[in-house]
Amino acid sequence: MDLHSRVPSGPIELKWDKHRFEMKLVNPANKRKYTVLVVGSGLAGAAAAATLSELGYNVKCFCVQDSPRRAHSIAAQGGINAAKNYRNDGDSIFRLFYDTVKGGDFRAREANVYRLAQISVNIIDQCVAQGVPFAREYGGLLANRSFGGAQVSRTFYARGQTGQQLLLGAYQQLEKEIARGGVAMFPRTEMLDLIVVDGRARGIVVRDMVTGRIETHIGDAVVLGTGGYANVFYLSTNAKGSNATAIWRAHKRGALFGNPCYTQIHPTCIPQAGEYQSKLTLMSESLRNDGRVWVPTRAGDARPPDQIPEEDRDYYLERRYPSFGNLAPRDIASRAAKTVCDEARGVGPGGLGVYLDFADAIGRVGADAIRERYGNLFEMYERITDENPYRVPMRIYPAVHYTMGGLWVDYNLMSSIPGLHVIGEANFSDHGANRLGASALMQGLADGYFIVPATVSDYLASTKLEKIDATHPECRLVQEETAVSTRRLLGIKGTRTVDSFHRELGRIMWDKCGMARDARGLQEALARIPELREEFWRNVNVPGSDTELNQALEKAGRVADFLELGELICRDALHREESCGGHFREEYQTEEGEALRNDELFAYVAAWEYTGRDAEPRLHREPLDFEYVHLAQRSYK
Amino acid sequence: MNLILHIWRQASPSVPGAMVRYEARDISPDMSFLEMLDVLNERLMERGDAPIAFDHDCREGICGSCSLMIDGLAHGPHRGTATCQLHMRSFRDGAEIRIEPWRARAFPVVKDLVVDRGALDRIIAAGGFISAPTGGAQDANTILVPKPDVDTAMDAAQCIGCGACVAACPNGSASLFTASKLTHLGLLPQGQPERYARALTMVRRMDLESFGHCTLHGECQEACPKEISIDTITRMNRDFLRAGLTAGRAAVAESD
Repeated sequence: MDLHSRVPSGPIELKWDKHRFEMKLVNPANKRKYTVLVVGSGLAGAAAAATLSELGYNVKCFCVQDSPRRAHSIAAQGGINAAKNYRNDGDSIFRLFYDTVKGGDFRAREANVYRLAQISVNIIDQCVAQGVPFAREYGGLLANRSFGGAQVSRTFYARGQTGQQLLLGAYQQLEKEIARGGVAMFPRTEMLDLIVVDGRARGIVVRDMVTGRIETHIGDAVVLGTGGYANVFYLSTNAKGSNATAIWRAHKRGALFGNPCYTQIHPTCIPQAGEYQSKLTLMSESLRNDGRVWVPTRAGDARPPDQIPEEDRDYYLERRYPSFGNLAPRDIASRAAKTVCDEARGVGPGGLGVYLDFADAIGRVGADAIRERYGNLFEMYERITDENPYRVPMRIYPAVHYTMGGLWVDYNLMSSIPGLHVIGEANFSDHGANRLGASALMQGLADGYFIVPATVSDYLASTKLEKIDATHPECRLVQEETAVSTRRLLGIKGTRTVDSFHRELGRIMWDKCGMARDARGLQEALARIPELREEFWRNVNVPGSDTELNQALEKAGRVADFLELGELICRDALHREESCGGHFREEYQTEEGEALRNDELFAYVAAWEYTGRDAEPRLHREPLDFEYVHLAQRSYK
Repeated sequence: MNLILHIWRQASPSVPGAMVRYEARDISPDMSFLEMLDVLNERLMERGDAPIAFDHDCREGICGSCSLMIDGLAHGPHRGTATCQLHMRSFRDGAEIRIEPWRARAFPVVKDLVVDRGALDRIIAAGGFISAPTGGAQDANTILVPKPDVDTAMDAAQCIGCGACVAACPNGSASLFTASKLTHLGLLPQGQPERYARALTMVRRMDLESFGHCTLHGECQEACPKEISIDTITRMNRDFLRAGLTAGRAAVAESD
């Protein structure tokens, strides 16, 4: 298979401009002859659907929620980066590019990241023009705040609801185009398969989630903006409906899957309270500015925190990382919490938690000052845990919340299937092995508003497509296969619920392929997951029928995919014999416990090809060259 | 804790529904309300019964999917809280709880506790946007926006589109929803050119979607999980009135 990144030649700062000129255009009168299918209505999908429609294409947009406004982008809190340098603190496009490549632990494609940094400034302009109410200074100018991994203040925000406001901006542009007739919107509609005709993506098979009807939609290009796959771990900070079905089924039709093992684990989440727990809630990382992280020194110490004297406490981050202390980077802080819990020194139910203690800060600056800084977070914590963090230390634990991996795409954001474009978290492209805070929103909108509308036009202008309709044999075949697999799930009538399988898979993934991984654990997971999958297809119980709203059936299809994707994640993690960013292999660390990259052997994108059920996937490598940011080891000490 | 639940079951829009009694035993007070329903559903499925359909997604109060009338109150007993943020410790052991879908003519029931809120999207499509096609936007700091204006706009822009305001309103009005979008966009300089036309087209759409009229009961702001104020409705009425008298005529002629 040809794995060609199609990065334009020339100096990095001119590549995108040059490419934009070289790409072919579609005559305005001809645009209406083309139909583009956009799956997903988050930041990337809604922005792409609206913009393609503004250009004149016929767009069909699909989402699983009851309204496109509810896509999971809405939950992003902190902000969006842009190299505006409004603060005059030394920011520039090159610096944002540099920070992102380095933050990604040198596993991203330089040309893509540079383009992202260039476009970041246009995004802010665009969003302000749409009426996104970003925070402002008293003089009326836009405000900024600082975020991890950067020494400049380049993050734009709308209180703690930046994702919501950006998504509503894109959603409103989408509704504008729906009203104009440019976009046909299909809410409560789930993509179940991709139709490939003569090697090109030509359509999708969907299920109407209200009536159960399986339908085929034909188009000239398909764009997937269906988000990440963190829910393979069952417990994550993702919304319950977030799933990998669209990208996974496209993978099975030939799209390569890039770097599946790169998952990001956020250190400050509210720990699991019980077996019934359905998801995890993130607490802003900013709390670590004033909170001190500790656990009891002695394993199994069950005393309440206020009865554990200073000498019996281990402020392990301050001890191990004296210069960064409690503000050690995300991956370090997460792994350190795991280590102390593995030593049976964790606190709270199940021993899976560490204290984040504000007593010192309250003593130093007073409870009112702390309330001013973190009042809403303390309130949120108390609402969930029923504990008052002004009086008892918070309990926190790391949780999965983002996946850097995704479908492999070239510089045009096109997958290895011509005509299938992948945007936002669903692709692998910009964050390497670790994403910096406030960069996900930037990438989703860059892909959706600015990149994919241009590259889809180029694809359509330079491709001759045969006219087909839903009666094409390939369409009928895929639609029939979808219906068969749905009926098969309903026909098993076993004894275990879908959720029980999902929980068990999540437990395996978290234990063996979570914050720290090793060959033995990964091999165990690779043995265990196929067994679980086999049991699923023999013993799952999916009630109801396929002609109604059936939430158990929806879940069953997604969990079936997670049971396959989970195996690929473990396989990728096992093959990558180095530690980088969110992928930490116990065997590959420095004496101080830092991630130890192996640039000689692993400076490449691992792009996996599906080769059939129960067959080993084939690995393709896209070598990564670092021409502008020189390979170096990140240091946190 | 042990609870008695009375839950609205309705197989499809075309068949009548009814309240059905369930016992939920051994519920942890630390569970969220939706986790309690998850547990009930797991038990129903284990004994071969159909699980209860309900909308949910982010489970942290921002996506606006969850939509339950709990003992007659939209999103349950607490102020500024969506159903997904409600925990079982808010109920006493042995309590009987009535759980119903949003009740409004404009929100037909799809199944059990799931309703169709597409009317809210259509109100936005009728003008709840600033026409700013991608490309060509000027530098974001070119137009200054006074901080108090953007703060008030943000208060209104926080609307999560859940529809609790409609469900709580004795008239089934979507005025708080519509007014919060009009307030958000109408306070920003970028929103001025379409301000009055927007007020007309969105309010007209709201009326067409069989929502009721606002008679300023104020139930909506009590139920709103984002505590949006009915002051926004005053702004909407003012813009609507002015639009009808002046700037909106042309827009009406155009949209007819």
